[in-house]
Amino acid sequence: MTENDITLTVNGTEHDLTVEPRTLLVHALRDELGYTGANVGCESSLCGACTVDMDGDAVKSCTVLAVQADGTEIETVEGLAEDDEFHPIQEGFQKEHGLQCGYCTPGMMMTAKDLLERNSSPDEGEIREALEGNLCRCTGYQNIVNAVEFAADRMDADTAEDVAADGGTATIDDSDVGRTEGQ
Amino acid sequence: MSMDTIEADEVDVSDVLGSAIERREDPALITGEGTYTDDIQDPEMAHMAVLRSQYGHAEIESIDTSEAEAMDGVIAVYTAEDIEETGTPGDLPVGWLLPNLKTPSHPILAKDRVRYQGDGVAVVVAEERYVAQDALDRIDVEYDRLDAVVDPKAAVDESAPQVHEWEDSDVQSNQAFDWEIGDGDATDEAFENAAHTVSVDLENQRLIPNAMEPRATVAEYKPGTEELEVFMTSQNPHLHRQLMSAVLGVPEHKIRVVAPEVGGGFGSKIHHYPDEALTSWCSMQLKRPVKWQATRSETYLTDAHGRDHITHGELAMDEDGTITGMRVKTYAGMGAYLSTFAPAVPTYLYGTLLSGQYDIPAIHCNVIGAFTNGAPVDAYRGAGRPEAIYVVERLVTLGAREMGMDPAEFRRQNFVPSDGFPHETPVAVVYDSGDYEPALDKALEMVDYEALRERQAELREDGRYLGIGFSSYIEACGLAPSELAGQLGAQAGLWESGLVRVHPTGKVTAFSGTSGHGQGHETTYAQIVSDELGIPYDDIEIVEGDTDEIPQGMGTYGSRSAAVGGSALVTSSQKVVEKARKIAAHLLETGEEDIEFENGEFSVTGAPERSMTIQEVAQQAYLAHNMPEGVEPGLEETSFYDPDNFTFPFGTHVAVVEVDPESGEIEFEQYAAVDDVGNQINPKIVEGQVHGGIAQGIGQALYEQAVYDDNGTLVSGSMQDYAVPKAEHIPHMDTDDTVTPSPHNPLGVKGVGEAGTIAAPQAVVNAVTDALSPFGVDHIDMPITEEKVWRAVNESEEGS
Ligand code: FES
Ligand code: FES
Repeated sequence: MTENDITLTVNGTEHDLTVEPRTLLVHALRDELGYTGANVGCESSLCGACTVDMDGDAVKSCTVLAVQADGTEIETVEGLAEDDEFHPIQEGFQKEHGLQCGYCTPGMMMTAKDLLERNSSPDEGEIREALEGNLCRCTGYQNIVNAVEFAADRMDADTAEDVAADGGTATIDDSDVGRTEGQ
Repeated sequence: MSMDTIEADEVDVSDVLGSAIERREDPALITGEGTYTDDIQDPEMAHMAVLRSQYGHAEIESIDTSEAEAMDGVIAVYTAEDIEETGTPGDLPVGWLLPNLKTPSHPILAKDRVRYQGDGVAVVVAEERYVAQDALDRIDVEYDRLDAVVDPKAAVDESAPQVHEWEDSDVQSNQAFDWEIGDGDATDEAFENAAHTVSVDLENQRLIPNAMEPRATVAEYKPGTEELEVFMTSQNPHLHRQLMSAVLGVPEHKIRVVAPEVGGGFGSKIHHYPDEALTSWCSMQLKRPVKWQATRSETYLTDAHGRDHITHGELAMDEDGTITGMRVKTYAGMGAYLSTFAPAVPTYLYGTLLSGQYDIPAIHCNVIGAFTNGAPVDAYRGAGRPEAIYVVERLVTLGAREMGMDPAEFRRQNFVPSDGFPHETPVAVVYDSGDYEPALDKALEMVDYEALRERQAELREDGRYLGIGFSSYIEACGLAPSELAGQLGAQAGLWESGLVRVHPTGKVTAFSGTSGHGQGHETTYAQIVSDELGIPYDDIEIVEGDTDEIPQGMGTYGSRSAAVGGSALVTSSQKVVEKARKIAAHLLETGEEDIEFENGEFSVTGAPERSMTIQEVAQQAYLAHNMPEGVEPGLEETSFYDPDNFTFPFGTHVAVVEVDPESGEIEFEQYAAVDDVGNQINPKIVEGQVHGGIAQGIGQALYEQAVYDDNGTLVSGSMQDYAVPKAEHIPHMDTDDTVTPSPHNPLGVKGVGEAGTIAAPQAVVNAVTDALSPFGVDHIDMPITEEKVWRAVNESEEGS
């Protein structure tokens, strides 16, 4: 089988690797590069456990070929926390008991991040709709919804703090607001 | 009601038990650091894939593996013959026997015949996962297809295709067992004398557990020491070690089974499947680590399915609506082979719960177990109890309707009264403690019942159909005691071990034989041990899921962990305190009886300034320079806790739905749950378990069903065709509780893991049928799809 040389930038680190044309992004991340945070629940784009961020969009990494991802910037759950500080979404999942076995959680959080980047204060219906492609078998979703709400509030508060620190200049990029397409 | 979690350091030791402390499991899981079985990598690792029968029933004429073997990267291809040649036993044992149970042989690879779609036929081991999968296509199997049977009732008909041939029996039949419980004569008499009777024919459909993490195994055989190390998706590593030892012929003490992070189980990861034995066997042959990771489609085909009952139930009442008898006949599908605990599920775990929350003087239940050409059926969340309560709560709802009584009041009238405990039922169990009315009252309050009934009447005038459905459930948790289980056919004990080790530093490691997979044991067990020892929560570490570290164990299922596993840790902790008390008394130069122990401190009665902390005692216990006579150095204790009885959690759930009779659409308006699970170690975790359970119950009520066609082909073989509910399908749930401690264990806990799944299905079905009562609809089988609603309405309108 032919092989391809590709470059993936994962959580800010550039990796060169060689993959078969059919290698799925999720397998390249997990098996070749050791980013095992994204989980495989179905390999058929139905469960969302493998969701990662690719160039700013949440994608199911079991439906993207590694070669298609050549040259992209990928963010996985391993890249969510910064300087040992949990991302507000991680904090929300912990505080609201938004996970039990944790298998769906990395994908849930990456989808939630995508949602909150598009819509900073979603209501319950919008959150449930955004999570449409992510299955959880343990939590009944309620605490996941609460976790996303928690994160939205926290991020709002953080933005407000930033605004105050900047002397009142808003730093929200509203070009993204209102975009609704899911993945 | 929703509560917030608190950080552990905000809680005083004396309050740690019962606090909603946030889970210590979470940091690893939310950063991607947790290690699930498939995360384990090793450059030496080979990959196994299983060739599975695509037919439900067929003779294997021949298997040609040569082309697959010749492929680049393929290391070996094995069939049943290869396993036989090595003299490996290779047959999965049945872990629960019933009188006159037929136990067919269940080889880990099918030899002459495949009996369900997914039955393993051959395995490939290759250098890479993709290559192993590719090679499966190059194995040429010639099959001669046979007729199949998938319906449990049809299967026991004489003319049905036979799933097994019984060499030791003259009778060729798919009947696995014929089991009964209760008093048939007394029940017949109750029906003869009844003023009113109702009956229902219902199906409790086949379900697929769908843990989000598919099953997986990594096995490494070490020829030097002849040790086999198995990392796997297990709810009960010790049990897997024991069963695997029997299948592989490797002594138990040479096998180590580890359950790393496990992505949900719901019963499906209790049982011993062929796959983990095959992975291990391949590693033994090849002397290198081998990994097998199921695909989602494999889990649909081969994870033990749940439920699969066809039931006729009847209820007898006197003229004022007091229940006088219940009669139940059930055909239970077992699938093609008997899975590990399968025989117990539709018998002792089902028939013994048919009294529900009610004082019923006479009950009789007969269950026929049937082999079919489907995947083996075994315990799935609730295991037997959801099936039982579904029958009871459907009958009680119909009973109320027959009597023209309010369904809540009908229940109240027939509840076991609060002063009636312990309560012995006619189906062989004794309820430990209960108080059913307060839970019902609270649930009525939560939905504002009276106003709701008024609104229901008003809406009906406008042609809108609101339905209110009750489910007053009971469950039996923490299967026990071992002696009784043994009498009933269990091939294992049902105790649990706990080891509490106080280190010289005063910090603690506690080991439990249970094995959590999302339940948060590391948090709750640390709360338990902290409370008993008075040592700060953060100084306590919990170890689970590794047979080399933990003395012995039985695992996590049947909501046994807190009640049995937690109690073992309490017992061990108490033994630690008693030993420490001896040492403290010696060092403080007083008699043991004069030593008080509170919040981690030993002090002399009446002289509180003469005291030492348990940490100081631990240090002295290891220094051992000055020990009381006859007391060994060190401070650790083990116990094997065997419970006296099951525990019986209960509660009332109410579903409120609106049904559109034209389109068949069902919309939730409210879902209220009041659960009494005894004392709560961590209420936030309890709430989470309730939520998850309800979601699975709603899944059964409205969406999920494993469907085979007449050839035994699984039609619902992917997430595309089997509806695992999504966030939009599950309503907001209001949860609350009452607390009636169990008198049978030192924690007073009852267990919560299965409550929601047992409670929810009939809450929803009762709500939908309540909504449709103006159309004369009495019953609709689950899953209640829009089409079924539409049909029920149209057929009954036609009929009326
Ligand atoms: S594994 Fe990618 S969506 Fe399920
Ligand atoms: S937490 Fe287990 S699947 Fe979501």
